[in-house]
Amino acid sequence: MPENEIIQPPKINADVDRRKLLRNGLSLGALTLLTGCDISDDDIVQQMFARVSRWNNFVQEELFSRSKLAPEYPESMAVKNFRYNAWYQAPLAPVIEASTYKLELAGLIADKRPWNMRQLYGLPQRSQVTRHVCVEGWSMIGKWTGTPLKTFLTLVGADLTAKYVGFVCADGYYESIDMPTALQPQTIMAFKLSDNILPTKYGFPFKIRIPTKLGFKQPKFVTAIYVTNRNPGGFWVDRGYNWFSGI
Amino acid sequence: MKLRRTKPNPATHDIQEHPALVRIAHWLQALAIVIMIGSGWRIYNSVPIFGNYRFPLWATLGGNPLQSKIAHMDPGVANALNWHFTGMWLLLASYLLFMAHGTISGHFWRHLLPLRPRDILRDFIAAATFRLGHRLGEYNAVQRFAYWGVLFAILMMFLTGLAIWKPAQLSGLTWLFGGYPTARVLHFIFMSAICLFMVVHVALVILVPKTFVAMVFGRASHAHPTHPEPMHHAGE
Repeated sequence: MPENEIIQPPKINADVDRRKLLRNGLSLGALTLLTGCDISDDDIVQQMFARVSRWNNFVQEELFSRSKLAPEYPESMAVKNFRYNAWYQAPLAPVIEASTYKLELAGLIADKRPWNMRQLYGLPQRSQVTRHVCVEGWSMIGKWTGTPLKTFLTLVGADLTAKYVGFVCADGYYESIDMPTALQPQTIMAFKLSDNILPTKYGFPFKIRIPTKLGFKQPKFVTAIYVTNRNPGGFWVDRGYNWFSGI
Repeated sequence: MKLRRTKPNPATHDIQEHPALVRIAHWLQALAIVIMIGSGWRIYNSVPIFGNYRFPLWATLGGNPLQSKIAHMDPGVANALNWHFTGMWLLLASYLLFMAHGTISGHFWRHLLPLRPRDILRDFIAAATFRLGHRLGEYNAVQRFAYWGVLFAILMMFLTGLAIWKPAQLSGLTWLFGGYPTARVLHFIFMSAICLFMVVHVALVILVPKTFVAMVFGRASHAHPTHPEPMHHAGE
């Protein structure tokens, strides 16, 4: 996502705001029509985008294979100084107190007791050196270490036949992924980057690392995980980006 | 004018005809390519490959960045991606239609083959020294090369596009193109090749406007200005 651009917390109820702002922006829009004719922001075009995006979700779900692993690279190729990326600048990243942190669970999960850091760090971990691909085109190979999400979901008795896994984050971000991707063995709750405890700006206490998805599908600062059959959307997804966004 | 290898066919002599299917496929491809390039440039601009080079905003597709940013915190990259992943289906459909028709109807074999390097060189030199004539309905070796070239470039756009869209699911394909970052550069290079084709293609159409008439109305000729075909007059 564009960094250094808008420094402000995410809006609540963005959809309502969007309509109001669009209406206010109509005169501005009319002005731009005179200079550069572009129908991208037209309602009918946006509706077409939404329809095609749903079709592209379907195509990507069909293309996705749970047994197909994303390429892993030799450790020497892992970047030490990983690129920071968010819609706000790094110093504004939420600082989470490890001693009071709790991971909440909700939805179609049998055991909804929250997890603290000690419990989370007690889970089995494995490392991966994989490529992070951003929707904007840049990519970077990093080394992440953490617990397979499948291990965690199984442990808490999540309904693995449900359709979606949703995430709530401390910075106001939210995301959701399809269950097959959640159960793919390389989808992990990453507690470490480059063998160090995940630094605050990269999403402490953990980020969901998914080497088969674009970067924005991988939430940081996760404070709640839930399982559901209703597509929860996502922060950028609700701003026009494709939901499945598999790679 | 003297550089003729194929025997002049009296039926097609100085007449250019395009069946409706070809015209539809041609114009849909043209539209799809404009959408793909305009949106592709907007996507490219968000993280340029070559230093700080960015395409001018007016040449990109994705709406007004300011308006987008106010509405949803995004400078129109979501719009551009939506155009790109919508346009790719249009391009795929029209490309397949064009290729299928060219192959099945025999148009490719009759008009775009054979293609010999020696002929290309000869016609290229003739063209560069303004000694290469043009006859409607007949393609010289440079034209043949250019048409095969652009069809190949579009095919490569699909393949390199798939390689950077699905570097995990289609990791073999991505590997074939030298890995994700290299595949992304190749996607850019084949785009540039298509742009080069378009510049030359449009320039030549302006030089010989009858080819445009043929691609819009289906038929154009030089030989008989009083040809009774009504479409012919419509284009004059």
